[in-house]
Amino acid sequence: MTLASKRRSVSLRIIIYIFAALWLLIAAFPFVWTFWGSFKVELDFFSVANWTNALTGERTIAEYGQPFTDAGYEGAWIKEEFWRNVINTFIVCFFVVCTSLTIGTLGGYALSRSGYRYTLILLIAALIFRAMPPITLVSGYMLPFFEWNVWGILPTTIIVLVAINQPFTLWMLHSFFQNIPKELDESAKVDGCSQFKAFRLVIIPVMWPGVITTGLFSFLLAYNDFAITSMLLSEDNRTMVPQIAAFLGTTYTEGNVMFAVAAVVSAAAPLFILVMFFQRQIVSGLTAGAVKG
Amino acid sequence: MKHSTFIWFFSPTALAMILFIAFPIVSVLVQSVHAPHKAVLVEVETCTPLVGCTIETSIDQEATRELREEKPIGRFIGLEIFSDRGHLAISEVKESWSSSTNLNEFFKKLGNLPFYRAMAFTLTFTFIVTPLVVIVGFLVALNVNALHERIKGVVVFFSLLPFVITPLIGALVLFWMIDSRGVLGSAIQWIFADPNLSLKASTGLMWISLIVYGVWHAAPFAFVIFYAGLQTLPADQLEAAQIDGATRTQQVRYVVLPHLMPLVSFVALIQLMDNFRVFEPIVGFNASAHAQSLSWFIFNDLGGETRQLSSASATSVLTIIGVTILLLPVLRRTWRDFMEKAK
Repeated sequence: MTLASKRRSVSLRIIIYIFAALWLLIAAFPFVWTFWGSFKVELDFFSVANWTNALTGERTIAEYGQPFTDAGYEGAWIKEEFWRNVINTFIVCFFVVCTSLTIGTLGGYALSRSGYRYTLILLIAALIFRAMPPITLVSGYMLPFFEWNVWGILPTTIIVLVAINQPFTLWMLHSFFQNIPKELDESAKVDGCSQFKAFRLVIIPVMWPGVITTGLFSFLLAYNDFAITSMLLSEDNRTMVPQIAAFLGTTYTEGNVMFAVAAVVSAAAPLFILVMFFQRQIVSGLTAGAVKG
Repeated sequence: MKHSTFIWFFSPTALAMILFIAFPIVSVLVQSVHAPHKAVLVEVETCTPLVGCTIETSIDQEATRELREEKPIGRFIGLEIFSDRGHLAISEVKESWSSSTNLNEFFKKLGNLPFYRAMAFTLTFTFIVTPLVVIVGFLVALNVNALHERIKGVVVFFSLLPFVITPLIGALVLFWMIDSRGVLGSAIQWIFADPNLSLKASTGLMWISLIVYGVWHAAPFAFVIFYAGLQTLPADQLEAAQIDGATRTQQVRYVVLPHLMPLVSFVALIQLMDNFRVFEPIVGFNASAHAQSLSWFIFNDLGGETRQLSSASATSVLTIIGVTILLLPVLRRTWRDFMEKAK
């Protein structure tokens, strides 16, 4: 590519940088704007008078004496007890990631090491399951869950999310395990290890990069889910995303939109940190799926 | 690996998928042909002297409850729900077909039926967003690839955000900006010099907003895939093209694009399936008055006080059929890849 970059003209280079700046603006500006606006009062964030009020915080100064206020966060976290939903979200995510990685690693490993035809059938079945929109399954859950009296609680949602996660986890880990040479565990088996012992002693120490990448996507699925959590959790057990949806119904009528804005910023923050630390893994995970088709 | 060992390793994940994906699909199929029991009615004849006898009909609460507890799935009604007005609306479609003089009128009448209105939006959304995502993702990938090494990482970081963000949250963030009092809403009012312009008020503008959200959300995904594809582009191919005197456009057209073609079809197939189930933006944009999708119907049926399981199940079955049709090319491709590898 060196040849190409040497021949690039000045005007082309300017166009490239303008386009890049434009793309950055499109991708990032909504978040920056909402973050900035979450420290203002509603009349500044949704300004009828002048849009620059959202930058300067004119009404916020009039109300609180300073251009920034944490009233929205206070309202969401303390008055509306958003912290409960935050705790629920992290409980759900923690158990979903742990469980789906545990059973997914075993399954993915088995799929990558078995040469029989049924592995292909299982992978295709997983692909079909992966394509099913989760919300279409929800009406199938409702009746049995009500009958067994397990609707509305966190463990039920965790198990459902784990199951919905499995097809993706299997595909991802299957391709990661295929890249670990078979000779490694074969030779352990020749030395007298059982398949499980070979897995434990030889594969587990080298599988972490793949497992971490897969875990990130499991986390994102659990964290971002709206269809399952909003349908299967009772009001007291809501996680963040369905709670934000519930905020909308009440806050629009009560005029507490800033609570919802603060809650949205709070829920987006962990994802930013995640991307910051695991950017490389997310990119490699996305591309691994593409290469494997 | 021996069959028995395979079963030991695979059974936990298999169990989870059978119990919580396969069974629910069966359960949805079964529920879609059942409806809740009708209340058991009893007729009580009360006779009063002089007035005469009156027959009163009342609900036998106990018998109704017993019946519901005994058979919670309800009564079998066949494909009735599928053909009712809320779903395929077969009789209404026939009626409007025979009463319409031209196709235009027929489609207008179809647009009044909820299922077809939702299909119209879902298909428009799917088939506009998918190509736009591929195009925008490709342009951004080409662009970022030409940037200086140092700032590439930063650009990739910010590019990932719209894709990684919770769909509902991403939709809300955009929605608040395009609100008529938000920054983009005011800007649009200023551009068109119409202080009463509101994206929320018109169906067409709402659809455009939803499509913009769809592209904004998914373009980073296409970008990352194409960007990774560009890294594997053999440098000598490009150099050979340059020595042959190919212009920049020709290089893209004849070298870069063919190299990325498998990835383009991958992104397009994934996007078709993902966009077909568009749901969160409709909730986030509060757009249900202007745009519905099948997923939104299911959500709407299941939420609220009365959970209309039968109706939701029927819509779910229709959605599953739609997704399966879109999935067939992916399945064919996977099958072919595997067979080639096995050779």
